[in-house]
Amino acid sequence: MGKTYKKPEALSDNYTHYCPGCTHGIIHRLVAEVIDELGIRDRTVGIAPVGCAVLAYNYFTFDFQEAAHGRAPAMATGIKRVRPDLMVFTYQGDGDLASIGMSEIIHAANRGEKFTTIFVNNAVYGMTGGQMAPTTMPDQRTTTSPYGRNVEEAGMPIRMAELLATLATPSYISRHTVIRPKYIIKAKRAIKQAFTYQLEGRCFSLVEIISTCPTNWGMTPSEALDWSEEKLLAYYKLGEYKTPE
Amino acid sequence: MGKVLMKGNEAIGEAAIRAGCLNYFAYPITPQTEVAEYLARRLPEVGGVFLQGESEVAVSYMLFGASACGARVFTSSSSPGVSLMSEGLSYMTAAQCPVVVVNIMRGGPGLGGILPSQADYFQATKGGGHGDYHLLVMAPASVQETVEMVMQAFSLAEKYRNPVMILGDGLIGQMMEPVEFPENYVVPPVNKDAWATSGMGTRKSSTRNLVKTLYLDPVELNNHNLLLKSKYDRMKREEVRFENYNTDTDYSALIVSYGTMSRVCLTAIDNLKADGLEVGMLRPQTLFPFPEKGVHAAAAKKSCKVVISVEMSMGQMVEDVERSVKGQRPVEWYGKCGGDVPTPEEIMDVVRTKLKQSS
Repeated sequence: MGKTYKKPEALSDNYTHYCPGCTHGIIHRLVAEVIDELGIRDRTVGIAPVGCAVLAYNYFTFDFQEAAHGRAPAMATGIKRVRPDLMVFTYQGDGDLASIGMSEIIHAANRGEKFTTIFVNNAVYGMTGGQMAPTTMPDQRTTTSPYGRNVEEAGMPIRMAELLATLATPSYISRHTVIRPKYIIKAKRAIKQAFTYQLEGRCFSLVEIISTCPTNWGMTPSEALDWSEEKLLAYYKLGEYKTPE
Repeated sequence: MGKVLMKGNEAIGEAAIRAGCLNYFAYPITPQTEVAEYLARRLPEVGGVFLQGESEVAVSYMLFGASACGARVFTSSSSPGVSLMSEGLSYMTAAQCPVVVVNIMRGGPGLGGILPSQADYFQATKGGGHGDYHLLVMAPASVQETVEMVMQAFSLAEKYRNPVMILGDGLIGQMMEPVEFPENYVVPPVNKDAWATSGMGTRKSSTRNLVKTLYLDPVELNNHNLLLKSKYDRMKREEVRFENYNTDTDYSALIVSYGTMSRVCLTAIDNLKADGLEVGMLRPQTLFPFPEKGVHAAAAKKSCKVVISVEMSMGQMVEDVERSVKGQRPVEWYGKCGGDVPTPEEIMDVVRTKLKQSS
């Protein structure tokens, strides 16, 4: 009986630093599996963000660059323009992409830069200890919204998939999650679709992945999965928001 | 090719192409937008990459990404835009990625003005961004010299794996002067397989490359800083450039001035000479590394009573002049901001006044 299942080549042997119950582990693995399946490891360049995934480069076995906070889409643009043959992806959290990096992601998507973005949305700033993010839910308590997010002052959470889908330039924009096995299968399909569009030189692609942060939500991993299914999926609806066809 | 009359900004664009740099990311800003406009037209003609980014911030990271994967890249901007690129330049220097940045200085601070200035000297030479880092900074005084320095900049950027800045001003950018491009001047490509994220397949290697600037371990970070410092120390030993003017006479005053300001001083010196007063000038061509030894030696002249730093700022280079003179002579400063370039007559007055004050 042969091997049914093995660690992807694109994933390194290093133990990750992520918290117990963090969904980064699942997402890293899905990306690595897709890269293996598409056979693109030796021409892939990943771009790590500032955030919990700042050390993402330790967990993959291909070329990587480390970006300044929010600037990964600009770095990806630079690479794709001079080396369109390289497969480039950015891996960003909600602070990186929806706060400081808002301009860079919108403009890269609007120009139709042909790279892929994996957007990990867990409604909080993880690495810096749990501050409010543009994606934090109304009344959600964080260290910089200790009384709960007050929408009178902070506005409503930003739905990035919808926002980017309004751009006229063709792209692939979808939102998925990895909080239950049934969702994981669909998320992987979307990630593969995103990279496939890049392989075809088609368009910009982004997969937003609703994720958990048990540590900064003050919950156990399984409470976090439940809370995200109940609260986050109600506001951040899963689906395919835009395809280039 | 022969001499061509060219606007400084356009000559900068053409010089980059001739040096073999076909990748340009930039954002419009007065008084250097013509560089972008020229290249928007020229780069497609030579199969190059032109991209107007959404901001100088974004542009600085486009440069970083492209340089980090092994491409030769450059940009041009002006003072407020360079401020926006400062963080990116700190990152690129930390990551040892080459890039050439042309700063066509305008009045500041803040939105300032659009006329020439030399008020970014501190930003350029002391590192406008955070951390211990330096750009190699060159200061041309004519369009021809700008062309030559742009080409040398690419070579130096790759020699040191460090950003190189050409510090010009609005005059250099806007004026038209005769330019002759050196024949067959292409900076040969450099093999970057040891570090660039060019794709493992491209390098036919099973080792991946990582371009990063984060060193959480204090010993590693210190070692990294020592490595960077060793490059700056080498620049100080090998790349200092300056020109002396009228220093083989018994000059009573020494002017230190760079860029277009130095040309006004040159006229002033010639006029004073006709009046019987000898004044020498040291014109730095590199601002980092600064010609400390040259200034020290020129100030040592027995006949020299005063050293005057003449710059279109509120006194920035004067600090490096003072440091280099090491107390041998009084060091004075004359400057003007706002964009009104001092006239030769003004400089002549300044020299006479400072000489009187120092006797």
